[in-house]
Amino acid sequence: MQTVTNPAVIDQMTPVPFRVRSVREELSHTFTLELEPPNGAFEFLPGQFTMVYAFGIGEVPISISSSSSNQGTILQTIRRTGAVTHALGHLKSGDYVGIRGPYGVPWPMDEIKGRDLLIIGGGIGLAPLRPAIYHALENRDDYERVVVLYGTRTPNEILFEEELGKWGARTDCTTMVTVDAADRGWNGAVGVVTRLIGRVGFDAANTTALVCGPEIMMTVTAERLMEVHSMAPENIYITMERNMKCAIGVCGHCQFGAKFICTDGAVFPYPEVEELFDVKGV
Amino acid sequence: MTENNLVKALAEHEFFADLSAESLTALASIAEVIEVEPHTMIFEEGGHADAAYAIVDGSVALEMNMAHRAHHIVQTLHRGEMLGWGWLFPPHRWAFSALVLDTTQLIRFDGEKMRSLWDEDREFGYEMMKRFAHVMTDRLAATRLQLVDFYADRY
Repeated sequence: MQTVTNPAVIDQMTPVPFRVRSVREELSHTFTLELEPPNGAFEFLPGQFTMVYAFGIGEVPISISSSSSNQGTILQTIRRTGAVTHALGHLKSGDYVGIRGPYGVPWPMDEIKGRDLLIIGGGIGLAPLRPAIYHALENRDDYERVVVLYGTRTPNEILFEEELGKWGARTDCTTMVTVDAADRGWNGAVGVVTRLIGRVGFDAANTTALVCGPEIMMTVTAERLMEVHSMAPENIYITMERNMKCAIGVCGHCQFGAKFICTDGAVFPYPEVEELFDVKGV
Repeated sequence: MTENNLVKALAEHEFFADLSAESLTALASIAEVIEVEPHTMIFEEGGHADAAYAIVDGSVALEMNMAHRAHHIVQTLHRGEMLGWGWLFPPHRWAFSALVLDTTQLIRFDGEKMRSLWDEDREFGYEMMKRFAHVMTDRLAATRLQLVDFYADRY
């Protein structure tokens, strides 16, 4: 059996206890933890993630969903899917979790200054995009048009619904929401999120798309942007999710072709992962 | 609306883009512009499909009647889209109901006259059929994605 003796690795693998300030139920299976770093500040960039440790249960990679300009607390929006996330869902204010990070390649907010932003989210995929939306709106002069398109299954499963409403009410941010199915009483759009793309109209040459959702949603969205709207693939960024364990590019659990999602991503320019989407079982 | 204005409205609609002036004039001769208030039912599921509609402005919900959910919205259609193709094929019945969500401006084409127009000018008819087929495949693809539970997965 091998043992890890490199102090730098040991340091990176050691969780730091963060206090739970509040727990907010977002949807029936989704909640947000507000966490206080022990030293009062936690620096990260939009799109980065942390490893969140439920003591005695296990660790999961979770994207940060708060504004990177607010370092006093961080928000992590989590869906209950397994033992660790269910344990995290039982936490109460005053409890502690272990945090490692931040990790991963962020959204390219500096590189895309001066361009139009087309931010497209599906389901809980809006959570990793929210810091990018906050960043764009807090630094509004750095970007031209800002468009947020969001799709989810039903009107009862709209994540951050109140904020989507506030962003939509702004004159400098176009926001559209669609659902897969609805009953009468829902006055919004029904259909998949790709159907919203054609309705917003944008200058493909001057637009960068940030996309997050299930892989099928990201694939179809990227194809639509390229084939129907002539967007260059290098102007499309997506964020991937795999079974990350170490988060520092050592264990290989999150290998995706020749990439490690944890260190090469989780945000990728589309051309870097496009071919791998067509490979079964990768 | 005069026929000239109708031709102009058709030329500006995405579905009719790049059609010849002659084709647009022929279409305008069997069309009328109608404005519909919110909550109006344009047509009902199972009813006789006698017209095609081009949405100039506004939004329309396609609904299905289901025993356990009285009015299930399967898709919404918006500016620049076409509404309804039940008029194209026998038995000319609407598969869905169409409910207006916002004040909506539509161009309505008489279905029987549209079919005659295409039969008389097969080249034009083929062009129009290709355009409708494109709309149908697009909506079928979107429906398939809805069926595979697009947003579910691990999200």
